[in-house]
Amino acid sequence: MKRLKINRDYLITYGIVIVFYVIMSILKGTNNLSSLFKGLLVPLCVYMIMAVSLNLTVGILGELSLGHAGFMCVGAFSSAFFSMIMKDSITNPIVRFIIAIIISAVVAAIFGILIGIPVLRLRGDYLAIVTLAFGEIIKNIINILYVGKDADGIHVSFKDAASLGMGEDGKIIINGAQGITGTPNDSTFTIGIILLIISLFIVLNFMSSRSGRAVMAIRDNRIAAESIGINISKYKLMAFAISASLAGMAGALYAHNLATLNALPKNFGYNMSIMILVYVVLGGIGNIRGSVIAAAILTVLPELLRGLSDYRMLIYSIVLIGMMLFNSSSKAEQWKAKFSPAKLIKKHKTVKEAE
Amino acid sequence: MALLDVTNLGISFGGLRAVDAFEIHIEHGELYGLIGPNGAGKTTVFNLLTGVYKPDTGTIMLADKNITGMKTTMINKAGIARTFQNIRLFKNLTVLDNVKAGLHNNYEYSTFAGIFRLPSYRNTEKAMDEKAMELLSVFDLDGEVNLLAGNLPYGKQRKLEIARALATDPKLLLLDEPAAGMNPNETKELMNTIALIRDKFDMTILLIEHDMKLVSGICEKLTVLNFGQILSQGKTSDVLNDPEVIKAYLGE
Amino acid sequence: MSFLNYFINGLSLGSVYAIIALGYTMVYGIAKMLNFAHGDVIMIGGFAVYVCTSSLGMHPLIAVLISIVVCTVLGITIEKVAYKPLRKASPLAVLITAIGVSYFLQNLALIIFKSDTKLFTSVISIPLISLADGKLVITGETIVTIIACLIIMVILTLFIKKTKAGQAMLAVSEDKEAAELMGVNVNRTISLTFAIGSGLAAIAGVLLCSAYPTLNPYTGSMPGIKAFVAAVFGGIGSIPGALVGGLLLGIIENLSKAYISSQMADAIVFSVLIIVLLVKPTGLMGKKMSEKV
Repeated sequence: MKRLKINRDYLITYGIVIVFYVIMSILKGTNNLSSLFKGLLVPLCVYMIMAVSLNLTVGILGELSLGHAGFMCVGAFSSAFFSMIMKDSITNPIVRFIIAIIISAVVAAIFGILIGIPVLRLRGDYLAIVTLAFGEIIKNIINILYVGKDADGIHVSFKDAASLGMGEDGKIIINGAQGITGTPNDSTFTIGIILLIISLFIVLNFMSSRSGRAVMAIRDNRIAAESIGINISKYKLMAFAISASLAGMAGALYAHNLATLNALPKNFGYNMSIMILVYVVLGGIGNIRGSVIAAAILTVLPELLRGLSDYRMLIYSIVLIGMMLFNSSSKAEQWKAKFSPAKLIKKHKTVKEAE
Repeated sequence: MALLDVTNLGISFGGLRAVDAFEIHIEHGELYGLIGPNGAGKTTVFNLLTGVYKPDTGTIMLADKNITGMKTTMINKAGIARTFQNIRLFKNLTVLDNVKAGLHNNYEYSTFAGIFRLPSYRNTEKAMDEKAMELLSVFDLDGEVNLLAGNLPYGKQRKLEIARALATDPKLLLLDEPAAGMNPNETKELMNTIALIRDKFDMTILLIEHDMKLVSGICEKLTVLNFGQILSQGKTSDVLNDPEVIKAYLGE
Repeated sequence: MSFLNYFINGLSLGSVYAIIALGYTMVYGIAKMLNFAHGDVIMIGGFAVYVCTSSLGMHPLIAVLISIVVCTVLGITIEKVAYKPLRKASPLAVLITAIGVSYFLQNLALIIFKSDTKLFTSVISIPLISLADGKLVITGETIVTIIACLIIMVILTLFIKKTKAGQAMLAVSEDKEAAELMGVNVNRTISLTFAIGSGLAAIAGVLLCSAYPTLNPYTGSMPGIKAFVAAVFGGIGSIPGALVGGLLLGIIENLSKAYISSQMADAIVFSVLIIVLLVKPTGLMGKKMSEKV
């Protein structure tokens, strides 16, 4: 009975994504898509996956991560690095990209666990600020990271390219603040949509499984969850690591869509984390389908309304505040309680019973 | 040996001795009442028994196993489940999922199986549904399985909390003022349900109540706490006639 | 000598962090929320002075006073509009709203003042002191910043210890409901806390922009986050903690810039936060907080 309803709900979500994909592909195939829009398709998938991933942390786990762009950054650089090294050895782009994506997910998950072990013990506000700090640290480190490859193997330096000490045939792969140049352009809209569906599949199925139930129980009431024998750290860490690995995958998609990948405040900084958070809040915290739709609308809308582009971020911030006030303020709660359908039905019922 | 053997249990907060030299021995199948005025330390005893607080002194033995100082999660696995004075449900989960969360440790399958919907997922979830429905029907909640727990009326929330605790399949069930906030009729009905649980599940129950009349009807034994110390302990009828208890309750 | 120079500059930067951290720590102590927008109030304070002096040609001191008034009003408004309706909401909702407010202030400033960095004229006209044949130079800004920080600490401590309003703040931070029952006007006390915190943010903004004479819409964001790190480091909710945490953080940052790597200074500061939270989550001088069961 209940499971049927959940399954139908999931199918609607997948259906929306597939319909979106079909429409976009048709528009693209019939040349009805502006070049600007075409260029937006892969980033759109990146943002949608990021929103799904962050919603797992914010909505399901109930913790605020402000360093989600950091996990994306880790995924982007690890996968791009792999693709650069293997460019000549693995010539099949699909195979290479699949391995790169798996690497990005695994590396990001490892980072998620490393960060999560200490951080998830903290109270909410601290967790937010520490994840923010983590994102900044990652960005900082990548900006001073130099990696090169020559006949002897891989050289690493945190100073400059010259101190890599490479041989004649040496090639710089990660060049400090200049980042990685020449990553194979393996990302396509189709792969992006497949990754989005995989992300949705993982998150939605996780939510309705035993582990997901434990995570949501912890979110709703940690003390009660402990009292029924749920291992708090284990499940928090599990959700966080899954969320990080999905962000890593989004990073791989992002990296393989760019000729030059570098860690700027714009793409992997705090601002990116906030933008994704706006998607999650607008789509509804804990509402996975909402995240996907919100990410799509908020990515496409500003492009359509170019004139508003200066005000885009301002509008985002107002949306963020407005949504929170509408959803969580005590006045709004009262208002909603008064007009909620359940309440009205109940009122009706009690009146009937009284009769 | 009794099911629960607690000796010399104590804890201080700051300079205050919240619970001191607390002892209790509960036999299997007993329905035991812990009573006392507000602030006597009843809930603190529960928090000590369930590992929310670590005791300064004393030992807690559950079925001959020393559980003193263990974490809440482990104590639950060892066999103690509880409810809370201020209800702590998973408000955004359905009634059914609240109970299934309680079944968490008794029905296992891997996260991987859950995500990829392997047969172990299907079979286990089905068994969990059945078990949860069975528990919910005891509390007359089987009509509201898909409602969010937060939307249940107050009295049913209390019942659901008991159902969730029972789902962990405990040896000992601790109920913290299960009738708080209920009207006399609801209270009476709940007390009957509690007695029924003991018989149906062969359960051992320790319950907190500050209304003495209420517990005297169903509990075989009582411990009266006052200012963190045991005032009186023993068979219900003896305790109720103890002059110390009468003095503390009715004043001089 | 160069070590001493770095150290004193660190003290100066740390003093600014300490003043900002006070705002965080007071608000956290009383409203139990992380006011993410606090750093951006600093930036607004800086712009208020900039507009008054550069565009309107006012005397710097008057400009500073106006800036304090602007930020105080801003702080109270933010609290009334965005935070007050959420008193009973989940911490997550409040935190997200605060981030929204921070983002709002940044983008509002971006539209009004554009993103290019303005040159900020220092409001401090005390000459620099040169010691040991010019090997040790202490600027007027450094002196004023450190002295201002100490004065603020003393006044604030006296205010909380000696005045009725200060006692009310303590009471609210201990137990909001109990304070209300005892006749404390909780709403007014929270407003006052935001007012003081934001007024201090204006001062911090002026000092920061005088020492590092640039200003753009993002000026407040990083110092704001670092000052929060300082508040956590010292122990959130504790006023002496804010001072100690701020000074230590300023010194750590300047010394790592000098001796390790200027690019990594931020990363090092943030690592300090992570280490502190791991080893002593309550900070150096913080109180333990636990949930009642």
